[in-house]
Amino acid sequence: MRTDYAFIGVTLVVACALIGVVPILNYLIAPQTPNKSKRETYECGMETVGDTWVQFRAQYYLFALIFVLFDVGGVLLFPFAVAYNSVNLWGVIVVSLFVLTLLASLGYAIKKGALNWE
Amino acid sequence: MDIINNLVKNLGDGIAAGIYGALGQGLAADILIMVIAAIAVFAVASGGFAGLTYAERKIVARIQDRVGPNQAGPYGILQPIADAVKLFTKEDTTPAEADFWVYNLAPIIVAVFATLTFTVVPFAPGVVGTNLNIGAFYIIAIGSASTIAILMAGWGSNNKYSLLGAFRTVAQLVGYEVPMLLNMLPVIMLTGSMSLVDIIERQAGWNGSWGLPFIVILPLSGLAFLISGIAEAGRSPFDLLEAESEIVAGFHVEYSGMKFGLIMMGEYMNALGVAVMFSVLFLGGYAGPILPPYLWLVLKAFGVFLVLMWLRGTLPRVRIDQLLNMNWKFFVPLSVVNLILVMILGKVFVSDPALFKANGGILIQPLAQALIMGASSFVLLMIALAIVTRRVRKDRMAEARILLQRRETNQQIAASVH
Repeated sequence: MRTDYAFIGVTLVVACALIGVVPILNYLIAPQTPNKSKRETYECGMETVGDTWVQFRAQYYLFALIFVLFDVGGVLLFPFAVAYNSVNLWGVIVVSLFVLTLLASLGYAIKKGALNWE
Repeated sequence: MDIINNLVKNLGDGIAAGIYGALGQGLAADILIMVIAAIAVFAVASGGFAGLTYAERKIVARIQDRVGPNQAGPYGILQPIADAVKLFTKEDTTPAEADFWVYNLAPIIVAVFATLTFTVVPFAPGVVGTNLNIGAFYIIAIGSASTIAILMAGWGSNNKYSLLGAFRTVAQLVGYEVPMLLNMLPVIMLTGSMSLVDIIERQAGWNGSWGLPFIVILPLSGLAFLISGIAEAGRSPFDLLEAESEIVAGFHVEYSGMKFGLIMMGEYMNALGVAVMFSVLFLGGYAGPILPPYLWLVLKAFGVFLVLMWLRGTLPRVRIDQLLNMNWKFFVPLSVVNLILVMILGKVFVSDPALFKANGGILIQPLAQALIMGASSFVLLMIALAIVTRRVRKDRMAEARILLQRRETNQQIAASVH
């Protein structure tokens, strides 16, 4: 049981080693002649104006919040899906109500205009 | 025949037996076997990547009436090698303002997590990296790790286009994970297990020996899974994260040399992962007649990837508001309704006598159950498409009217100037 996951750990280490070596090899093989204009930020050749790491639109947060709603709901549905065969019709109706609650909250968000991209 | 069918399995067993013979049963031998298996998984994934870059360029070129790569080797078949040499010898410029660790780790993380997807894929009976009992769930979890890596790449580059691309990515990938997850659930429900091997076996033995892929039983789930998978892999027509004509190249504009190569590798592996997952979940994986099982999986996965290339060659890129609207206002509600439909149908029409005794319902033949589910799912899809077509046409007419008005005003202004 636990050895099932060992293989993923081994693959993680092997893949990290094989892939991590690639940029280092590139660094060793390729010519390295950096100069000031080469190391400038590439924004269509214009000089960079202002700071990049600024506050960004709150719109993205709204999408992320709705995502969290459905993701957590989805995680709760996975065990149900595995146990589906041992549940009767009443259990299915209860879970449908749970899913419909999620859908209702999505409908509320849409109605409030939270998901309108401007 | 049997030798060919079990070729990969016997090869693996032979290597394992050899190692056990040399080192004896123990931890060292186990780890060595796992390392070799991990390298094999990595070789499959990266070999698939190398082959697909060539195949995709050649096929998309054909679709668009071009020739495609034809200089390196016969028919340009050595193009992936030429690309690798070019990328390895290209100077790796790092912007002065970039965040060193975040910037340099991002491509490695993209590629590593894309490789990890293939650890649970069953290539043939008995040939699977590890048969996790939560395989399907693991795929979703690993797939979402690439979102973080892309955000790291965009943020670490300290470039406004990169950051914009990364934000779009998060909105897109995060959104399309929901329908992907919701459309995996019906498959898991009908199988009763999250293990990918169990899912394939269930499809292969749907009605005794009558194999029936889930795409027939759950056409809506399959289609929605494929489309959200394409969006999740960030491929055209959902390649907003790297829209060349809008934000230069999105999150990887600052990457050059092999770091760019690693990001491309991660993206292709993710797309290949989606194709493989679709063939496992909905097309029956390695199950199939006559040909050996591993060849079936390759054929199915390549067939799905061909559809992906076809879409890339023919469709224009969607706008971000269209993309997000399509997800949240169409796919997610549709997936939820489909989920409830499958849940209730699966309880009302039961094909397993033991389950019938336990839970009640109407006992019917498995084939009839499949037919009822497939037909109702198809009807739901048609209804949803009819509704959405009407809505979208109305929106587009309104947009066209505004544009026409604007043009008339412009013409009036132009006329008054002359």
